[in-house]
Amino acid sequence: MTRVAGRTRSKRARPRPDGWAWAGIIIVATGLLLAVAGPWLAPHDVGAIISDSNFEAPGITTLLGTDTLGRDILSRLLHGARLTVGVALAATVLGFLIGMAAGFSAAEIKGRYDDFMLWLADMMLSFPPLLLALIVIASLSSSLPVLICTIAVLHASRVARVGRAVAMNVAALEFVEVARARGESLVSILVREIWPSTIRPLAVEFGLRLTYSILFLSSLSFLGLGIQPPEADWGSMVRENLNALQTGAYLAVLLPAFSIAILTVGVNLIVDWLGAQSGRSISEELTG
Amino acid sequence: MFKLIIRRLFLGLLTLLAITVLVFLGTEILPGDVAQAILGQSATPETVAALREKLGLNAPPWERYFTWLANILAGDLGNSLANGIPVDRIIGQRIVNTINLALYATVIALPLSLLLGLLSAAWPEGTFDRTTSSTTVFFISIPDFVIAIVLIIIFARELGWFPSVVHRPRWGDVPVALGQTFLPMLTLVLTILAHIIRMTRAAVLDVLKQPYIEMALLKGAPKSRIIIRHAIPNALGPIVNVVALNLAYLVSGVVIVEVIFTYPGLGRLMVDSVIFRDLPLIQVAALVFCGFYVALNITADVTAIMANPRLRFAK
Repeated sequence: MTRVAGRTRSKRARPRPDGWAWAGIIIVATGLLLAVAGPWLAPHDVGAIISDSNFEAPGITTLLGTDTLGRDILSRLLHGARLTVGVALAATVLGFLIGMAAGFSAAEIKGRYDDFMLWLADMMLSFPPLLLALIVIASLSSSLPVLICTIAVLHASRVARVGRAVAMNVAALEFVEVARARGESLVSILVREIWPSTIRPLAVEFGLRLTYSILFLSSLSFLGLGIQPPEADWGSMVRENLNALQTGAYLAVLLPAFSIAILTVGVNLIVDWLGAQSGRSISEELTG
Repeated sequence: MFKLIIRRLFLGLLTLLAITVLVFLGTEILPGDVAQAILGQSATPETVAALREKLGLNAPPWERYFTWLANILAGDLGNSLANGIPVDRIIGQRIVNTINLALYATVIALPLSLLLGLLSAAWPEGTFDRTTSSTTVFFISIPDFVIAIVLIIIFARELGWFPSVVHRPRWGDVPVALGQTFLPMLTLVLTILAHIIRMTRAAVLDVLKQPYIEMALLKGAPKSRIIIRHAIPNALGPIVNVVALNLAYLVSGVVIVEVIFTYPGLGRLMVDSVIFRDLPLIQVAALVFCGFYVALNITADVTAIMANPRLRFAK
């Protein structure tokens, strides 16, 4: 985590990942792996009550102990990985698709359409995100599609702004000019000409948005408004086991809480490294 | 400049209006038939129809929206569905509690983060800067509730210094209340501290890159003078901007913190009313929160405009 803003950047195109970046890559890869394979690796069923006593200490049958209802924490963590990582990833990708479509087309079409898109994005950005999500969940109640779409919409406005700014520069380049002269369609220009040149600048944004997705989903679940029981992501596991704080069996709360924290720190380590490559850093991102 | 500020205020008003439309859509139109919900499943179609008529649900949506907005503006906030108590009686004390907590956090966080940010910028890449940077990356990356839980385990459960739940903050007796709400305050401080430190550092470093700073340096001005006399006044605009944005961030931070510490503020009220679908309460809580948020964002923009002459002539 020493790799932060300000250090002299290597001018090479692709500096090799340093120690912290490797740590980030390993963490994120593990997270993805668990999201895919977690439920199969889990020794017990996600809702199976395997012990009469709650908050049992780790043992041979339950490697990480049991939770507030006597369910296996390890199994629930493994199942939760798929929801936490899966929903966050789906929301981020969807948000990027919407945001890029809006931002790129605004940069290419310009004029009134561009003004309208900017206004729309600014309008969306002036809503407090958590409150917006609460209102949506209050009216539609919480489900996977609602959660994914809500988080995606929250991303879309910011991605549209960043995407528009990046695409503006690309759209002025000669090869896009040539494509336009060839009479290529709008979709073809956006997808084949503009998009490939924006991947690297937008990669940093993708990482930042992914972190945000994970934090946002976990927070909603923690509030009881995200993933609904009997399913559980890591955020809802923290919520379920809060009474462990009173009994002293901290493990049941700390394991899911730290899982979230490690995952988001991991993503940010990669973001920091990517940012260093493209000359941007997290702090610049935050101020920019 | 005044034209620009007035334009910004007008945009803010427009945003507030958009928010009322959204809140209305979300809580009056989408959730389905209120009359049916009030009377329950066993109601006969006739009684439901009668209640619909009485509640004005048969009017077209836009007409209902204006009636609803007029009522709220007139101070008629409706009654809670859960217990029939008028909403304004429920939220009064809640708002005071939330504002007090947010103020407490702000008063501690602001001077601390500005100082740490300045010190980081004064010796960039020094040991202090590096330590602060690593710590802030860490705090930005982890969710607020994880910070809160760790604080509860250390300071409430193990050391027993501060309470982990605040059912009744006694703001009448300030020293007691400050102790009661110490952990919620600390959680909020830790969540915004990192952002303000990083942005302050970036803002000051940005100014330090300017030619006139180099000029001052070449004239032999000492570092302290350069930072205090030359850099800070020019970095002030961006910093105030950052501060206002972070206070706006407190709006969502406070919701989570209030839930963890069972603190009787507006945030927990909002979450509870979403869980129980107490729609009149959701409406008012959402409008109050959004109002604060929009106001802080406007403050951020207006100070930025006033501090930076270049922004005065934005398109």
